[in-house]
Amino acid sequence: MSNVPNELKYVASHEWIREEGEGVVAIGITDHAQDLLGDVVFVELPEVGDELSAGDDVGVVESVKAASDVYAPLSGEVVAINEELEDAPEMVNSDPYGDGWFFKLKLSDTAELEDLLDADGYAAHCESES
Amino acid sequence: MGHKTALHAQHQALGAKLVDFSGWEMPLHYGSQVEEHHKVRQSAGMFDVSHMTVVDVAGAQARSFLRHLLANDVARLTHKGKALYTAMLNEQGGVIDDLIVYLMTEPGASGEWYRLVVNCGTRDNDLRWMADQAVRFDITLTEQPELAMIAIQGPKARQRVEQVVSESRARLVSELKPFVGHESEGWFIARTGYTGEDGLEIMLPEDEAEAFWQQLLDAGVAPCGLGARDTLRLEAGMNLYGTDMDESVSPLEAAMGWTVALEPEDRHFVGREAVEKMKAEGVSRRLVGLVLTERGVLRGHQTVIVEGLGEGEITSGSFSPTLGHSIALARVPAGVGETAEVEMRGKRVPVRVVRPPFVRNGEKVFS
Repeated sequence: MSNVPNELKYVASHEWIREEGEGVVAIGITDHAQDLLGDVVFVELPEVGDELSAGDDVGVVESVKAASDVYAPLSGEVVAINEELEDAPEMVNSDPYGDGWFFKLKLSDTAELEDLLDADGYAAHCESES
Repeated sequence: MGHKTALHAQHQALGAKLVDFSGWEMPLHYGSQVEEHHKVRQSAGMFDVSHMTVVDVAGAQARSFLRHLLANDVARLTHKGKALYTAMLNEQGGVIDDLIVYLMTEPGASGEWYRLVVNCGTRDNDLRWMADQAVRFDITLTEQPELAMIAIQGPKARQRVEQVVSESRARLVSELKPFVGHESEGWFIARTGYTGEDGLEIMLPEDEAEAFWQQLLDAGVAPCGLGARDTLRLEAGMNLYGTDMDESVSPLEAAMGWTVALEPEDRHFVGREAVEKMKAEGVSRRLVGLVLTERGVLRGHQTVIVEGLGEGEITSGSFSPTLGHSIALARVPAGVGETAEVEMRGKRVPVRVVRPPFVRNGEKVFS
């Protein structure tokens, strides 16, 4: 079974969300998602300054096996992207919740946080998909 | 899932991700297919390929049967152990399968026999076709399902095998010429493969496979799955049956023209008329290599646009771990030049058109 940390929030499209304070969240894809994709070889991210709405298609993860869209789980402005993924996309596989993070958002509506799945909810969702 | 090879327990113990492959439960990877790929290019990796189908052809007319059945000519096998890559065609000149045939005896010797290794996904159809074609020949077809097969590939592959096998097998491995196989103490050891590297394919009794696999592991040979096997063969510019060609495709449209022996002219083989006709009229499509050096990954079934000539399709596409960018095989209008465009995720992306292979013996080889 893949790793689903309790302290994070999730969406059904397999992104995780970590609250970092002052309305900023870090976003990446889950261990379950990287396991399904296999070796990640490219990650296309939004740009700093982009205004995103929850549900927007904002990037792509390409693995040896398949391409998968990245969705914005929340609305807000991109305040940072993980530039190290350019040279080391394999960090998405080796450390999906740490060094393999994708981008950070300054939320425009923190109330959206209420709509996210908790670890149990996400684990149940993965179970239902398999 | 269905069939399991003799090495199934080993795969599970090594934490393999197992997938269904034509009814066989086979390892896709043991953690990272990219790392497995690099192991084969840089040192040595091993693949369980016991799912492949081995068929022995014997009998007084074995040679004339195979000269009828196969598009390449087994008369080119001029000494014992020599291997030949060939297509098996239908009357319309479509590829029923691609296979390797080994001459197992001295040519022309009494009791001459051959060993064929065919794809597992096409097994039933191949065996039926061969049996149908064999009706007029005095031959026997014997499948050898009790043989396990392990491919050990990479620049260090033969050296690693020599370390763990008996003295006489080690001597054979060190002396074996490329594309030749010989028997040694009940094993069939061939210097062949599907990776573009030096290496061996070894057929051995199922009950000896596990011990040999373990010895190779202990000698530092990395277990590799079907994922790495696919990216390695794609870099090597080798076709995958069912993906790059099938019964609707002529060998001339699958970069396999070199495997069709039209000389001597008086040898009749199944599909000959169709291939000759197509050759005379000119082929409209051919299989080429595509290279994308920007980010993004070419994928099978994406549309290829050749300006002024029309459209084609990617047959195999992936990321090339050795080159660090994407490569593909594509069937395109025959007049294609040096560039084309691929429709990727709603965008048209320019790609270079090259002649495969992309990688041989660890090095980039196209220009």
